[in-house]
Amino acid sequence: MTKIEAVIQNSKLDAVKTALHEVGVEGMTVIEVRGHGQQKGHTEVYRGREYSVDLIPKTKLEMVLADAMVEKAVQAILGAARTGKIGDGKIFLSRVDEAIRIRNDERGEGAL
Amino acid sequence: MSIAKRPVAGLVTACLILTLILSLAQAVCAQTAAPATDTNARLAKLEQQAADAKSSADNAWMLTSAALVLMMTGPGLALFYGGLVRKKNVLGTMMQSFALMAVITVLWGLFSYSLAFGAGNSFIGGLQNLFLRGVGAAPDADYAATIPAQTFMVYQLMFAIITPGLIAGAFAERMKFSAMLAFMVLWSIIVYDPMAHMVWGKGGLLNASLGGRFPTLDFAGGTVVHVTSGVSALVCALYLGKRVGYPKEPMPPHSVVLSFIGACLLWVGWFGFNAGSALAAGSLATSAFVATHFAAAAAAVGWAGAEWLRNGKPSVLGGISGSVAGLVAITPAAGFVKPMPALAIGLIAGVFCYWMVAKVKARFGYDDSLDAFGVHGAGGTLGALLTGVFAVSAVNPIFKDAQGNTLASGLLEGNAHQLLNQMVGVAIAWVLAIVGTLAILKLVDVTIGLRVSEEEEVQGLDLSQHGEEGYYWEASA
Repeated sequence: MTKIEAVIQNSKLDAVKTALHEVGVEGMTVIEVRGHGQQKGHTEVYRGREYSVDLIPKTKLEMVLADAMVEKAVQAILGAARTGKIGDGKIFLSRVDEAIRIRNDERGEGAL
Repeated sequence: MSIAKRPVAGLVTACLILTLILSLAQAVCAQTAAPATDTNARLAKLEQQAADAKSSADNAWMLTSAALVLMMTGPGLALFYGGLVRKKNVLGTMMQSFALMAVITVLWGLFSYSLAFGAGNSFIGGLQNLFLRGVGAAPDADYAATIPAQTFMVYQLMFAIITPGLIAGAFAERMKFSAMLAFMVLWSIIVYDPMAHMVWGKGGLLNASLGGRFPTLDFAGGTVVHVTSGVSALVCALYLGKRVGYPKEPMPPHSVVLSFIGACLLWVGWFGFNAGSALAAGSLATSAFVATHFAAAAAAVGWAGAEWLRNGKPSVLGGISGSVAGLVAITPAAGFVKPMPALAIGLIAGVFCYWMVAKVKARFGYDDSLDAFGVHGAGGTLGALLTGVFAVSAVNPIFKDAQGNTLASGLLEGNAHQLLNQMVGVAIAWVLAIVGTLAILKLVDVTIGLRVSEEEEVQGLDLSQHGEEGYYWEASA
């Protein structure tokens, strides 16, 4: 099992969600986050005082998938979230040891 | 038989006709006699009815104006200031405005009205209107001849409420609630009441319409309201010191949206403040209304325009701050100037206050958190002086010679001396504000202590002073 964590532009959430559903991803967790990578922040001016805002609002998706699904899901995210500009975000993959369904103790890929 | 009957019938008919004629004649005589005796009484009654009608019209406008001015404090000022602070201080800041609506009202009824508007010496009113004694339905002709004295009293109360509220912008986010209350009560008695008496009260030193020694033109409170509060604000900012983390930590407004709503309510409420200061519903109120609106608009253009040139973007906060600066500056001038000078006053005030807030404050490094001095102190002083320049007798024939001929009002009309009088009025307001505020701050500092602890300041006033949060949005079952 593999966990996909994808940080994307807020405005791309709907497109990415739709693309993932189309390749058969059934569940995900969506979190509103703030952060920065290469993309620089912006400045705001209130009554002549400048504030630099370097933590930019982004959307983070998390999902744990059976290994056979992972590449399809990654391609779906890349296709839907890419604008070609700095700030499009990143995708991280990591191994997951176990998954357990709370309702009935089911374990492994069947619990996903 | 029939012959015998007829003369009888004829006689009866003749008698009836005669009676009718006689009674008609009597009625006619009575009618012609009546006007001769009643004309004066009826004329007097008509005059009374006309006076009553004018009084009703004036009273309707003045009660409306009083309500509008109260709306400037709550929710106007509370929202304007509440949006400018950080999220953790929104309630504490709003409560400062609201508390004044309650506390100053109590003081005003007990003794403050008497201290401000009772007949007294040149500096302060007497005690004859203590507990509002003698303030009832009958007008006080010295102040407003066509409205009940009680209407005048409650209208002036709304000014006494908002004035100390303006100071709160300077010590926002760091003053104890208890200390704030003590400060405001003392400030209202020691600074506001004497200043209001000097400019507007019977026998006041600066009163322009009731023969003061240095007649200062202050239509709606440029010196009384804005210079006193703005200068006191600067003293507070300097005495209390900076907020923890200022200026290193960013402290942007937590909601320009709230401030926007507040500023627009202030703009509307200001019509009650300035046009209401005509104390009647006539053409002077219209003139003040128009001048007020023009100045607010021009100042919004001035501030946002200056920002646009300097930063490349005109901000919403700049626009609304500009309109408030223009409203402040036109306050003393509203009932003395024509619309075009009002535009000029507004435009100058918008640019000037922007410069004060964006440049001068940064240069000297004081933490006037919400720019109470930069807008009210600076804008009020500018407006009071410009009133002496642009006032014309065509708008308001306030100065008359012994024969009752109208004299020139301001500098441009040929009365250069008026500018001097305006300076005297402004100087007295500055000195009273500085000395009074310093004394009060010292007193409250040694008795109650002015600032919250550093821990409480970091936590925020909402929790540390009131045990509440402004925004409780956590999802719970």
